This record gives sequence, C-alpha cells and structure tokens, in this order.
Amino acid sequence: MGQKVNDLMGWVDARFPLTKMWEEHLAKYYAPKNFNFWYFFGSLAIMVLVIQVLSGIFLAMFYKPDTALAFQSVEMNIMRDVDWGWIIRYFHSTGASAFFIVVYMHMFRGLIYGSYKKPRELVWIFGVLIFLALMAEGFMGYLLPWGQMSFWGAQVIINLVSAIPFVGDDLSIWVRGDFVIGDATLNRFFSLHIIAIPLILIGLIVAHIIALHEVGSNNPDGVEIKKNKDENGIPRDGIPFHPYYSVKDIVGVVVFLMFFSIVVFFIPEMFGYFLEHANFIPANPLKTPEHIAPVWYFTPYYSVLRAVPSIAGSAFPGVIAMGAAIVVLFFLPWLDRNPVKSIRYRPGWYKVLVGIFVVTFITLGYLGTKAPTELRTVVAQICTIYYFAFFLLMPIYTKMEKNKPVPERVTMK
Amino acid sequence: MKKTILILLLTAVAMISTGLVMANGGEHLEKANVNVDDKASLQRGAKVFTDYCLSCHSAQYVRFNRVASDLGMTEGQVMKNLNHLGGKFGSTMTAVMTKDYAKQSFGAVPPDLSLVGRSRGVDWLYSYLKGFYAEPAKFTGHNNTVFRDVGMPNIFWKQEGVKKPIYEEINGEKEVVGTELVKQGTMTPEEFDNMVRDLVAFLSYIGEPNQSYRKSLGVYVLIFLVILFGFSYAMKKDYWKDVH
Repeated sequence: MGQKVNDLMGWVDARFPLTKMWEEHLAKYYAPKNFNFWYFFGSLAIMVLVIQVLSGIFLAMFYKPDTALAFQSVEMNIMRDVDWGWIIRYFHSTGASAFFIVVYMHMFRGLIYGSYKKPRELVWIFGVLIFLALMAEGFMGYLLPWGQMSFWGAQVIINLVSAIPFVGDDLSIWVRGDFVIGDATLNRFFSLHIIAIPLILIGLIVAHIIALHEVGSNNPDGVEIKKNKDENGIPRDGIPFHPYYSVKDIVGVVVFLMFFSIVVFFIPEMFGYFLEHANFIPANPLKTPEHIAPVWYFTPYYSVLRAVPSIAGSAFPGVIAMGAAIVVLFFLPWLDRNPVKSIRYRPGWYKVLVGIFVVTFITLGYLGTKAPTELRTVVAQICTIYYFAFFLLMPIYTKMEKNKPVPERVTMK
Repeated sequence: MKKTILILLLTAVAMISTGLVMANGGEHLEKANVNVDDKASLQRGAKVFTDYCLSCHSAQYVRFNRVASDLGMTEGQVMKNLNHLGGKFGSTMTAVMTKDYAKQSFGAVPPDLSLVGRSRGVDWLYSYLKGFYAEPAKFTGHNNTVFRDVGMPNIFWKQEGVKKPIYEEINGEKEVVGTELVKQGTMTPEEFDNMVRDLVAFLSYIGEPNQSYRKSLGVYVLIFLVILFGFSYAMKKDYWKDVH
C-alpha cells in the first residue's frame, strides 16, 4: 500500500510539483518558534475567507439582484423559506464583520512588530491592497440586501465620487450606470461582489503568501531567524509550519469559531452594528433615514472624511483626506526609519505613541457611527490630525529613538 | 504583552457596553419583556394581530402554514381563527384593506409588519402601542408619546379606555412625559398590558421565525466547540512538548 502511494506521488511529482509545494509552504517552511497571540490572525483571515466564499456560493443560489425582488429574496426567501438559509445568511453577515476584525488585528500585529520593514515591504504592500479590495467587497456586498441603509449608505459613498472636480458627475453616473442608484447599480455591484473582487482578492492573497514564504515570517522579537542556521541550513529558531503551527492554528480556529458562533446564534445583529436596524426596511429612494451611518468597519475613515471641512461647498478635501488615510499605509515601510523591527526593543515613548494611535483609531470609528455635533467634529479633527501625524512625522521621530538591545536569538516569553 | 491584551479586552468591553447603551436609544421606552418561547402567548398575539393589525397592515413575508407549525396549531384552527380573507393555507398574510383605499383614507399605505420587530425593536413597539392618548385636534382623535403625530388611529381605544397626557415644563417648553388613564375601557390596565405584550411577542416572532431554534441550536454548537477545544489544545500541547 505504502509503495503504491509512493509510486502515485512519484507519478504526480514528475508532472506537477506537489511534494515540492507541500514542503516549501508547509512541511519545510520554517517559521519562528516564538509566535504569540497576534500571529493567529493571518490563518484566521483565510478561515473567514473560506466561510465567506462557501456561504456566498449558497446565498447566490437564492438571491435575486433586482430592485423589485432583492429585499424579498433575502428577508423572505433566504431568511424564511430556504432550509437553513437563515444560518447561511448570518454566517455571511457575521463573516463580513469578522473579516475586518481579523484583518485589523493582523495589520496591527504588522505595525507593532515591524513586519513591514525590509525585506517584507512587498508582503505589506500586498496586504494593504488586500485591505482595499476587502473594503470594495464589503461596500458592494452591503448594497445587495437592498435595505434602507444599503441604499443610503451607497448613496453617500457614490456621492463622494461626484465631489471630484470637473469629472465627478460623469464619473458617478458611470459608476451607478444610471442617474440614481437603481437596477443597473445593483446588478453591477452583484457581479463585482461575487466575481471580480473575489478573484482579485484571492490573487492578492496568493501573492501575499508567496512573498511571505520567500522572505520568511517575522516574529515578536523582530529577529531574522535565517541569520542563524544549523549545519543542515535550517534556522535554529525555526520550526516547520506543519505540524507545529497547523496544530496551533487549529486551536485558534476553534476559539475564533466560539466567538463567531456566539454572534451567529445569539446576537446576529450585534446591537445594530453587524446588521443595522434600518436595513430591515426595504430601500426607499424617497425617504431618507434620520441618521445614515456606514457599517462599523468603514467608520474610522468616514470620520476622517467628515472631519475635514468642505471648501467652497465641495466635500472634495474630505474625500482626498479619506483616500490619503489609506494610501499613507503603502508608504509605511519607508516612513519608519528605525532599523529595529519589534516594539519590544523600541523606546517607551514609541509604545505610548502607538497606544494613542489605537485610541484615536477606535475613537474615529466610534464617532463615525454617530451623528455629528460640534464637539464630536472637533474630537474627530484632533484624531484625524494625530492619525496623519503618526505616519507623516515618522521619518523624524523614528530617527530620534533610543532602542533597547535586540537579542541575537528569539525569546520565548 | 499581557498589558496589550488587557487593554484590548477592556476596549472590547467598552465598545460592547456602549453598543448596549445605544441599542436602548434616547427615548425612555418601557421594557416589553416578551417571551417568544411561550407558545400560548404567541397564539394569543397571533389572534390579536390577525383580528386587528391585518385589517390595514400586511405581513407579506409571513405564511399561515409556517405560523401554524411554529406555534403548534392545526390547519383547521389557523384557517378558522387567523385567516380571515380565506386565502390558501400556504399563502402569506395580506391586508384586508386595499392599498388604494388606504391611500385615500390615510394618505399612505400602512407599512408591512413582517420585519417591524427587527427594525423598531420590541420595547419601541410595546411603548408605542401603549403610548396613545386623546388629542381631539388630531384627525384620528389621538396622538402618541413615542411616535409624534402618527397617522395610525388608536385601534385599541375600546379595550384601553381614554387617556390624557401629562405635561411637564422642559427647557421652557411643554412636553408630554406620560399619560394618565381617565376612563377605563373593557380591559383592566393589567389585562391590556398583557394583550399588548402578546402582540409584540408575535411581532418579534414573525420578524425572525427561527429565533428560538437559533438560540437552542447555538447552545449545542458551543458545547461541541468546547469539547473540540479540549482535544485540539491537547493535540497542540503534545506536538509542542519538545519546543523550548
């Protein structure tokens, strides 16, 4: 039996690099042995992607991208008439939010351990592109249930396009396929949501992982394990991804699924954050809801948009600021001039700066869910200034840092 | 490291608690205290719903046969007591009043109630249905403490009786802060509260017919995951015993 399997593998390997791929990416991919809590979120992001793809396939079997039928196909057909339709829909709606939670944690991990620094610049850039694709995916998917928030949220965002000088109006008509958000918009968003963006997303994820496996994983100490290899050329601080991290990540997946299940089975609306209350009312282009808020994962950037005052009645400066808040992430590898990667060996005041950054980001997110008042706008403006200052002043302050000694080998604390 | 996790946990707790606060809204709503697992309550609510609400409102996503099986009623009971228009057992709940007539009489078609339990929430519905008071200047003869100048008439005035508003000066303006029963209707206040509670329970049920099953299934899913965690953690420990 064993001989036969070997023969078969030999036959395949002569024609397709199956064993080679298995070894390069799993069995002989050496990862640092000191991964901590933060290193679960990469594999969790793949887990959530699988949940979204599988639940999405089944939702697309019953969903109807037609303004007259969309709301009913979700709230009557999928939620009531289709066997287990409700659970598939909750997997998908909870999965959307879970995707952003996991990706935000994953990005924060990169930020604190300097995973964007040489030689991992491209890993980081592919990652930011994934984040952008994910935002497009989330935005377009949110229109599909055709509820009040779907419609008016999309209205607000597409109106930003028309704020672009000269070409804005034509561009927004091109995006909508109509003068108003209607059937044409819904159909193209459906197509983009289920085909175009997922293809781009999967392509980028493959590139992200290939780039990562080329340079090797960073770790909480920011020490390059490839600099210290044994006589067989294996990093002394490395352990094969499979089985060590595959069995460890299974534990992470189970814990994640516990939190995921608590939401799916007990609080699928998440107090109006994952499924907004107003989205249980069908889209009505003639009736604006009292308060329009994007879904929570867009609110930090929505706050930046609102914090920037409009010039001559045009919201364009805000649009620029919102775009810049994401674009600045691409430049992070070159903004940070400190050669030390991990926050563990950077000065205490840098930790404070990162801590304040987290608080401002969460504050921006919270403010984005609320209607603006004078005080809230001022707070959002302060947070926006800090957000940009944190990144743009990096070339100055990261040069002034007095680092602690970085160990030769990874530590197991 | 431990500090960071602690900070993150605290932030998560803070966010969830603000979520809870915001879910309650700014208005002072009375707690509905509905129990969607109480089938007798849902059956009574279904009767009130089909007798009163369905006169003007529809519940176009709700099928009679689904209500029958979920609430433990027979086809005969549903067709006789709930299905007043005599549609098919598998049909959805349509309003008795036509849309044209509704537009003529009220200026608008009354909203569909299939999902009102989810868009408004049970506490809002409970407070709203109990929030009507007499205001002769209005064309319906009533106004509402929760939904100002609502176009819907006070359909339960016979049962509830006549209520007058209690005013209070807030920032120099007279505002309605509550209501007071002037003349009791055919029901005592307790009986009326219970009827409204049954109705709101039914509205919550039709908003998401699977909710009871969803929660009971969730318990088993979590028990399974806890056991799976035990095994997966033991497996991880075993593989990692040589890594130092």
